[in-house]
Amino acid sequence: MWHLLHVTIHLCYFAINIANALESHLISKGLLRRYKSLHISKLQYLAIVIESEDCRTSNVIELLQWLADLGVKHVCLYDMEGILKKSKDFILEKFDGATLFQENDVLLDQPLMTLEFASLSDGKEAVAKAANVLFMKYLKSGSTSSYQGEQIFTESQMGEALKTVGGNGPEPDLLLVYGPARCHLGFPAWRIRYTEIQHMGPLKSMKYGSLIKAIYKFTMVQQNYGK
Amino acid sequence: MEKEVMSSLKMAGNILCSASSFIRKCIFGDLRVGPIPNHIAFIMDGNRRYAKKQKLSHDGAAGGGGRYDAGFWALMVMLLYCQELGVKYITAYAFSIDNFKRKPEEVESLMASMLEKFHLLDILVKRLAVRVHFVGNLELLSNELRASAMELMEATAAYSKSVLTICIAYTSRDEILHAVRESCEQKRIDLEFDNDDDNEIKLMKVEKNMYMAVAPDPDIIIRTGGENRLSNFLLWQSCWSHLHSMWVLWPEIGVWNLVFAILNFQRNKTYHLEMRKKEKEL
Repeated sequence: MWHLLHVTIHLCYFAINIANALESHLISKGLLRRYKSLHISKLQYLAIVIESEDCRTSNVIELLQWLADLGVKHVCLYDMEGILKKSKDFILEKFDGATLFQENDVLLDQPLMTLEFASLSDGKEAVAKAANVLFMKYLKSGSTSSYQGEQIFTESQMGEALKTVGGNGPEPDLLLVYGPARCHLGFPAWRIRYTEIQHMGPLKSMKYGSLIKAIYKFTMVQQNYGK
Repeated sequence: MEKEVMSSLKMAGNILCSASSFIRKCIFGDLRVGPIPNHIAFIMDGNRRYAKKQKLSHDGAAGGGGRYDAGFWALMVMLLYCQELGVKYITAYAFSIDNFKRKPEEVESLMASMLEKFHLLDILVKRLAVRVHFVGNLELLSNELRASAMELMEATAAYSKSVLTICIAYTSRDEILHAVRESCEQKRIDLEFDNDDDNEIKLMKVEKNMYMAVAPDPDIIIRTGGENRLSNFLLWQSCWSHLHSMWVLWPEIGVWNLVFAILNFQRNKTYHLEMRKKEKEL
């Protein structure tokens, strides 16, 4: 019975995937009207999470080209093991339309796409390093009063400390997960408070139409931010 | 005649309940053949939309406070189902620090509703032998609410069958900051009393000081209401969690929604386990 349940689920997803593939094909051919005009300006910063074993640079470069064609200006590429970080120079060489994102870069419209590369070490470990930066400040303040603590242990101070250790970029508006399962694989926690997370399937099966659909869905979202 | 009709209806209702209970038990039995998540977290989104649908008043004080009542019972039903399935840890995102930005009368009504529900929760969790934790920046709550929360935590401390963690006045960023601050305080004291000659704060120390150190990382995070974001909830703990979004509004969540989420989790269980292993290696 358990196997029957899972076979049923599998068949359902198979049917859904076929429908999605067909829809994606129609979107990429421009046959579905509503996807024709994307309000891309709403997408200030995009993060792409890729399963490390799936990190083929040819696919990554093709994806970046699609994003550039759609007008996306700032992208963060993340994989757990840092394979994309190691291939950073190769990717920047092969993909003409990008420069490396600098920590102090402001998210303005630029002629070239900016690319940031991140991995697992930019997440929890970076927070631990930032904790040490704040600890030094705390010791230097020489005071153990709660007022001093409140001045040092704030979100903005933490953000600055993370920048110091190289672990703080902008908060992505949208995070696309290319992998077998819907999880963010350790993308820096500090940066994904209100980030929309969409699962795209394996990178090797990526489709242009699916990318457009994901970005379209994001542009239609309204957030209350807790209000 | 009317009595006969009512009696027949009641009998039909009982038969239907027994039938659905039997079906549920069978499905749960089948699910248990595969891996059952140890920890499920819920982002209980959709209460206000549900209240609008049902035309419920937001003013709890005036007795029309059904707005969050349905949400409370939905949580209790999920708790029951999870206990029946063997899910030991259940976490619910009840109130975010960001929610304080809502209109004061709405926040007040929500706080009053929560205080009222604590008494019901007290009865239910003792009956079910559920340990309750309230995690978050509890200093932001009223004295009365905080005292009730502490009382309930103490009263249920001995229970171990299930653990219900309610995140109240909580955001992940606040949790991370709190953990960093606690770690710094502890390290300063250690250095002062020469208990430690290493002045580096380690990651393990920060993790031990997280509010959510009372439970393992969630296997599944379920968000109702159709949104696809974590909204400052368990950002630190969700690295390998299966993120499951469903369109149903929180008060309308039912057993089939839970079953579907768990089936999806079971499909990818091996992958999630492999990722957790890889994190330890890295």
